[in-house]
Amino acid sequence: MINFQHNHFELFGLPQRFAVDLARMDEAYRQIQSQVHPDRFVSAGDAERRASMQSATQVNEAYRTLKHPLARARYLLALKRVDVAGESNTAMPAEFLLQQMHWREAVEEAANQPEALAELERRLAREMNDHYAELERSLDRDGDYALAAGTVRKLMFLERLREEIGDALERADA
Amino acid sequence: MALLQISEPGMSRAPHQHRLAVGIDLGTTNSLVATVRSGIAVVLNDAEGHALLPSVVRYFPDGSTAVGHPAQAELVCDPRNTIVSVKRFMGRGLKDVVHAENCPYDFLDSPGMVQLRTCAGVKSPVEISAEILRTLRARAETSLGGQLVGAVITVPAYFDDAQRQATKDAARLAGLNVLRLLNEPTAAAIAYGLDNASEGVYAVFDLGGGTFDISILRLSKGVFEVLATNGDATLGGDDFDHRVFCWIVEQARPAPLSDEDTRLLLTEAREAKEHLSSHSEARITARLGTGELIDNTLPLKTFAEVTRTLVQKTIAPVKKALRDAGLTVEDVNGVVMVGGATRMPQIQQAVAEYFNQAPLNNLDPDKVVALGAAIQADVLAGNRAAGDDWLLLDVIPLSLGLETMGGLVERVIPRNSTIPVARAQEFTTFKDGQTAMAIHVVQGERELVSDCRSLARFELRGIPPMVAGAARIRVTFQVDADGLLSVSAREASTGVEAAISVKPSYGLSDAQIAQMLQDSVAHSGDDAQARALNEQRVEARRMQEAVTAALAADADLLTPGELADIRAALAALVEVASGGDRGAITGALERVNKITEPFAARRMDRSIHQAFTGKKLEDMNI
Repeated sequence: MINFQHNHFELFGLPQRFAVDLARMDEAYRQIQSQVHPDRFVSAGDAERRASMQSATQVNEAYRTLKHPLARARYLLALKRVDVAGESNTAMPAEFLLQQMHWREAVEEAANQPEALAELERRLAREMNDHYAELERSLDRDGDYALAAGTVRKLMFLERLREEIGDALERADA
Repeated sequence: MALLQISEPGMSRAPHQHRLAVGIDLGTTNSLVATVRSGIAVVLNDAEGHALLPSVVRYFPDGSTAVGHPAQAELVCDPRNTIVSVKRFMGRGLKDVVHAENCPYDFLDSPGMVQLRTCAGVKSPVEISAEILRTLRARAETSLGGQLVGAVITVPAYFDDAQRQATKDAARLAGLNVLRLLNEPTAAAIAYGLDNASEGVYAVFDLGGGTFDISILRLSKGVFEVLATNGDATLGGDDFDHRVFCWIVEQARPAPLSDEDTRLLLTEAREAKEHLSSHSEARITARLGTGELIDNTLPLKTFAEVTRTLVQKTIAPVKKALRDAGLTVEDVNGVVMVGGATRMPQIQQAVAEYFNQAPLNNLDPDKVVALGAAIQADVLAGNRAAGDDWLLLDVIPLSLGLETMGGLVERVIPRNSTIPVARAQEFTTFKDGQTAMAIHVVQGERELVSDCRSLARFELRGIPPMVAGAARIRVTFQVDADGLLSVSAREASTGVEAAISVKPSYGLSDAQIAQMLQDSVAHSGDDAQARALNEQRVEARRMQEAVTAALAADADLLTPGELADIRAALAALVEVASGGDRGAITGALERVNKITEPFAARRMDRSIHQAFTGKKLEDMNI
């Protein structure tokens, strides 16, 4: 089993930053999986097969966490011992919450209209990208983790919204 | 992409090192077995030269069976005891079986999985499937001239845990060592990708006799990565037959049909469907038991009309899979067609229209899955040199969740997570002094428990009595590389390992398997004792080889004391392996396993570090 003295970044040989070289991460992920994956240990003893499954599971978990920018930011903040989810949602700025209400109304109105939903999805993606750019600045350049935690909380809202639009799109398709 | 390589003369492995491994496509309509011979994947034929084994099992009153063509030939005479499309019943309850009223079987709704009453007694779909697998195993062992080390068995990508477990149980019952359960579209991608040295994003559209899968894969050098999969485990060529059957009945309006006539007309319907793959109309003639004559002509256009909604049903899963992969139609470099049902012109056309490109049909859609499975079996059995193999990264098709208050589902592992995957969830007690807790695991995408597949009910017992909310029970869900779930639990605040009593909603207990094995041996002429001893010996040899190889590579990870202990345990294993005491071999195997555990962990850690050798130092630590 992998000795997780190293964190996910170290596992893939990546600098501990929000901005990640995804191509390099993919390469490292594949290299490690080709060493530890259960397919390599089909004829091995039970102990090795078990160790292989546990290792491959942890490598998949590390990859999943670092691949998704929101999960990556949360993980990075956790490494800095900043608690993201600890504060209640009521601490969100009133302006942001109001915006959320508008978004939700827009999604409800667009229900069953795939085109309108797709447009909302694109708009949301742009807004999320702005927040991600902000995250990169606060995490990698300024080291302002309190600000980053606030942005992460906003993105958690937006990510949920994105999932809801996806569900609505699926329903509209069916 | 790893290309097929031909080793230089003299460099190839000695023949005795080649391990006999096969790929088996256990299909709804037909099943196949394939292997890699001299570096080339080939389907193994039966003595009469047939590649396809019809997935048909006939039971006789004395308990004997006929499998394949002979069973199919007598289908109309003995519909009740001749089981077709048994795959549709695997891991399914009676209420899940679509069109059960049209099947001429005597169903028995038993908990978890439906069973069938035949003249040879009550049979579970697992036993019936095992008959098919046993026939294929015998075919392979005759053809290859030796005992198999194992088999890769394919399952529809959209099969849930219950269906996968049932398939694995059937293989065990048939005396097969399952190297891996492999998703059918992934198997097809392996056969296709290696053949064409393809790179890029591919969609595999797999419409079989009873199941539909769509998988989106990224093929790049040495890696097959499944990005997303979706499908419909109750949609296939059988449904098209059924539509044609209904059309025939509607046209002719015969008197109520007997079981024999239903079977006859379903067979006529299937033949008409197959005929229409290459003709513009099909004539349907049949003489019913009542003497009534059916004579009709089905034009291709009408066939397309009566099956339009079925064709449409394939497109929604395609859209979902692309969405989950984060891709659009434009990103797809090619669409591979798999499964006999993709020969239907209306399917070809719908796929071409949706993807905006002509689908790829250059491999036989009936054989491509078995060929891919054989190639993967060859790799898993270790017949390929390092560097000449590839990595396969597959996903879990359906989300796993837990029942929470009010019958709602809490998702624990989302669909399309790369396997193996594990997730832990913490629970706490609701009442003071509570010492037990019930947990219900479900699989599916719906919000209500009642709309999902119930996988298992667990009871956690032996929780130390504490005030409500103080206990921290950590339940871990592990999905292995076969896509199968296991669950473990412990109380975190005290470290007490909570006892789990598993009540699977499906699947067979070891005792049931043992009983079925005994029953089947009575009719197969197999010597179970001799076979079991032989299997343990093979296992002992496999273990000895594996540990010896590990020691040769990494003995420096061990202290002299540890090394001596492992050598002693190995020597003991070799000693008993030549004898006839099966229990002693099992015991010696267990000791080797136990004693090599820390060694295995250290080797895994070293592997990871070695994955980075060659990287610049400054890249490593920033």
